[in-house]
Amino acid sequence: MPSLKDLKIRIESIKSTRKITKAMQMVAAAKLRRAQDAAENARPYAERFNAVLGQLAASVGGSDSAPKLLRGTGKDDVQLLVVMTAERGLCGGFNTNIVKLAKQKIAELKASGKTVKILTVGKKGREQLKREYADLFVGHVDLTEVKRIGYGNAQDIAKDLLGKFEDEEFDVCTIFYSEFVNVVSQVPTAQQIIPATFEAAEDGAEADGGVQYDYEPDEETILADLLPRGVATQIFAALLENAASEQGARMSAMDNATRNAGEMIDKLTIEYNRSRQAVITNELIEIISGAEAL
Amino acid sequence: MADTLTFSLVSPERSLASGSAKEVQIPGADGDLTAMAGHAPLITTLRPGLLHVSGPDGDDDYVVTGGFAEISAEGVTVLVERALHQKEMTQDIFNDWVKEAKEAHQAASGDAADSAAKLLADMVAVGGHIGLDSSQANL
Repeated sequence: MPSLKDLKIRIESIKSTRKITKAMQMVAAAKLRRAQDAAENARPYAERFNAVLGQLAASVGGSDSAPKLLRGTGKDDVQLLVVMTAERGLCGGFNTNIVKLAKQKIAELKASGKTVKILTVGKKGREQLKREYADLFVGHVDLTEVKRIGYGNAQDIAKDLLGKFEDEEFDVCTIFYSEFVNVVSQVPTAQQIIPATFEAAEDGAEADGGVQYDYEPDEETILADLLPRGVATQIFAALLENAASEQGARMSAMDNATRNAGEMIDKLTIEYNRSRQAVITNELIEIISGAEAL
Repeated sequence: MADTLTFSLVSPERSLASGSAKEVQIPGADGDLTAMAGHAPLITTLRPGLLHVSGPDGDDDYVVTGGFAEISAEGVTVLVERALHQKEMTQDIFNDWVKEAKEAHQAASGDAADSAAKLLADMVAVGGHIGLDSSQANL
């Protein structure tokens, strides 16, 4: 049974923890709104871009002269996994979920005899993966100093990837990030970006009412120009989704922590009051029995 | 046929402009072109240059680089990696852009070097158009 003083100290310490988690929750809420705005603002570009790329890819796609970024190298032996996580912890299962998905994929690929390479974006993912797969690392992108993710960050990563692809260091590149559904739900997602894939390619062409576009210069030249930019666009979109997800996850994690702290304080306060009462009762009994003995 | 078309200029980070316009002059990779209402559907890549929009509320100029324009009978959508209103363009920003193009040029080889050289030349030409000095960061 802890003494009264111990209880008091514990209650005080939990109270200050609650203050911290509460503050973190509010900061995350504000940051979440900004991250969501950024993601919202970036959407029109990504949507139009992918629609046009999809159309182009659909019309050029099959031919042998299609750019390598679209066709692939014809192999899938060397797989590069780009794992994007947060720079900070204290955001619930956010980082772990992404890493878990990546680990699953690594195990799968290894089982089928492929070579796996890992590039991480964000400190937390690197820490978690380094323990098991240190030998597979080919790089790490540090965004600790970046306050607001800009397109430039995505371009740098894309440039790195494209360079590696040119040098034939890998055949297939997949990015791992967390898709922001809403504040309480973030879905870890894997997306193949090299060779490029377009889910809605055919829908896109139809949605435009079958308008036949002229291309200037020709389709293949445009495609060759746009595909590298497409990689950057996809990475940028993933980074923004990730940023929003991170703040959402942190917000709900801190909300939980604040609530738990409140419950704990209530429980401890009751215990504190009880033991105080017991001490008083004890003292009374001693006084009374002392008086009786006289 | 309506004599205006919808115009939107979108960068990866945000939408820069949208509204209606009478005509839009686009610095296409194969040469400048002007889009007006009823233009045949066309997709063209861009070279670094000036995008000139004549709207109902006056004219606007944007410095754009890297991207493409999608023209249809009803409107023009310009997607660019970087764009700035001409008024916001400063010597410093311009120097940065030219410097980047220059570095890309030096790093490139083969076919890529030719296109990088063209990109750099276009970039320098833009400076001449808008009255900025490109000599500081010149070849």
